Amino acid sequence: MSDAQDAHDPIAATALPTSIDDTIARLGALDYVADRALATCVYLALKLQRPLFLEGEPGTGKTEIARTLATMLGRPLIRLQCYEGLDLASAAYEWNYGRQMMEIRLAEAAGTATDAAAKDALAQSLFSDRFLTKRALLQAIDPANPVAPVLLIDELDRADEPFEAFLLEVLADFQITIPEYGTVKATQPPIVILTSNRTREIHDAVKRRCLYHWVDFPDAQRELDILHRRVPNAGPDLAKEIVAFVQRLRTIELYKLPGIAETIEWGRALLELDALVLDPAVIQSTLGVLLKYQDDIGRMQGSEVARMLQEAQTAARNMAG
Amino acid sequence: MLVARSSPGHLAENVMHFARVLRAAGMPVGSDRVHTTLQALKVAGFDSKVDFHAVLSACLLDRIEHRALFDQAFALYWRDPDLEGRMRAMLLPKVNTKDGTPPPPENRRLGDALFPQGPNPPPAPPPEDEIEIDAALTWSDRELLRQADFETMTSDEWRAAKRALTQMRLAVEPLPTRRTQPARHPGRADWRATLRSMARHGGDLATLHWRAPRSRPGPLVVLADISGSMSRYSRMLLHFAHGLGLAQRQGGVRVESFVFGTRLTRTTRLLASRDPDIAVGQVVRAVADWSGGTRITTSLHNFNQHWARRVLNSRATVLLVTDGLEHGDTAALRAEMERLHKSCRRLVWLNPLLRYAGFEPKAAGIQAMLPHVDRFLPAHNLQSLADLVAALCQPDTPVRPPQHRGPPHPAA
Repeated sequence: MSDAQDAHDPIAATALPTSIDDTIARLGALDYVADRALATCVYLALKLQRPLFLEGEPGTGKTEIARTLATMLGRPLIRLQCYEGLDLASAAYEWNYGRQMMEIRLAEAAGTATDAAAKDALAQSLFSDRFLTKRALLQAIDPANPVAPVLLIDELDRADEPFEAFLLEVLADFQITIPEYGTVKATQPPIVILTSNRTREIHDAVKRRCLYHWVDFPDAQRELDILHRRVPNAGPDLAKEIVAFVQRLRTIELYKLPGIAETIEWGRALLELDALVLDPAVIQSTLGVLLKYQDDIGRMQGSEVARMLQEAQTAARNMAG
Repeated sequence: MLVARSSPGHLAENVMHFARVLRAAGMPVGSDRVHTTLQALKVAGFDSKVDFHAVLSACLLDRIEHRALFDQAFALYWRDPDLEGRMRAMLLPKVNTKDGTPPPPENRRLGDALFPQGPNPPPAPPPEDEIEIDAALTWSDRELLRQADFETMTSDEWRAAKRALTQMRLAVEPLPTRRTQPARHPGRADWRATLRSMARHGGDLATLHWRAPRSRPGPLVVLADISGSMSRYSRMLLHFAHGLGLAQRQGGVRVESFVFGTRLTRTTRLLASRDPDIAVGQVVRAVADWSGGTRITTSLHNFNQHWARRVLNSRATVLLVTDGLEHGDTAALRAEMERLHKSCRRLVWLNPLLRYAGFEPKAAGIQAMLPHVDRFLPAHNLQSLADLVAALCQPDTPVRPPQHRGPPHPAA
């Protein structure tokens, strides 16, 4: 990595962290509060050059870790959002058919494509680098990259099984085989983060090639820390109450539990409404920021909110920091 | 205090044995994982037990369901001061622990893994039934068999029925996907193939190649009631699901199966065995509440809460097998059915009660469920299962009227 720190290089990559504590500190400097288990996984993924597979509820900071890592290490972030039917053409590469067609016309006009050798040469040149449109995966392993990027394969559970099978080659050997062209292999393996909301099970073959971590909801103290960093304008009392209330919400059986992303969003919403402390009326009117199912919101009627708020306020008073 | 810290040679062995314990407890841990773990430990070091735990879990764990088991195994395995002695005991099956019985492990499965020679050896698999039937049934015999009710079948008939089921062509209606495949007829141009052939022919546009959307069946989810009155029908439905699942491996349907009595159990992995009798036998043995009571509402709630988002999508078909005789809170049952109905493409209710010609859906539970199913079919004999296959094969996307529903009533 040291040669990449050349001063003339537009994106000079910084060195990898040297220990788990260093990882926590450097993520923390960028306002990502990682718990020790996650930091260990990140550190190992960087050191062992293994893809990191993050699973967990939506809104627990899985995607954010990739962004933070890219900033932390001074590397470009290449993001691939998965969806059903995602195919090679939109994930890895595509031939530029228009330009290829043009090349053929030009060869015809010049009258060069006459004998067998010339035809062969034309075929060779048609499927060369010039006509290749590189998409996320191929960009990530392009040997021409000055520095290995961070590759985020987001919400892999949304893609279908054929795409997972294709990923195997990329994840194991950091290479892609293009039938007409040959094998493209990364000179420096990219840092790969895969995320899944677990709307379906990812195949064992993919998981086997990765380090696995389940991203949990944070405990109250860590969530408070995150909220302070992300919404610095929130007063200490309000922040504590917000965290205590959300933590309380996560203990009841809801169809969709609020994540950290929702906590931060709610904090911002309450600031916009100039709330200094929580009260049942303001909670009721902003519940849509936290809960996204009508059934869940329906459970939070009238006295239920007041009762939970009271419990949350008691918990908030006992909270340190 | 970790025994192995001072001697790296022992560490490798310890990790390897730990992986073996996990494997015996039912976690899929390959030897490549052990290798990764050792590499990782070299890189990370392990000054504290917390880090050590994090490293091992990152390398050896691959799904959240196993975390509790892993944590218990970790605590048991790496806590013991006499670890080496214990391990020697584990490695030499003949040495019995003399100082009384081993400490009771928290989890049965783990206990069996740590002390394989424990007082309770796993029960021997029941002897295989010798299935000897006359394959050449006459037409009228076959017709009788098709109409015979599963509940009242003799054991010979039952075997013949299972056999007939394996010969049934099982399929589910294919749905168009966003992927494409090469096609003969004009539609979407396949520029890649076209240009490849042009390059081969020196730039002459010889033939245009085409692509068309590819079709694949959507996933199928079977939810089978295994309470007393339903047990035989559900058993046959499990055979049916198994058959569909086998067809899947030849590029067909993805089948998920669940059974419920008083609680919900996922049986997909149990049904993975190739032999239908072994597969269904495994389910029967693993599920505790076979032929007991039923709690449809709580089971459906459980499914909606924990599984629906993982196994259902907008292409899925749900086969719900139950008689619908629920005596509890029908309002809650209605709500769960509505949620289930909205999470899938079509919901097919298979009810053996439909075998009675004069059946009228009068029971409160059935009344609550009926508005939220797309198809209501019988499933009591082979003929009805054949009809079910035919129904599943037909292009049939249920049209649902828009539901205008106000905000729910405030909880009382």
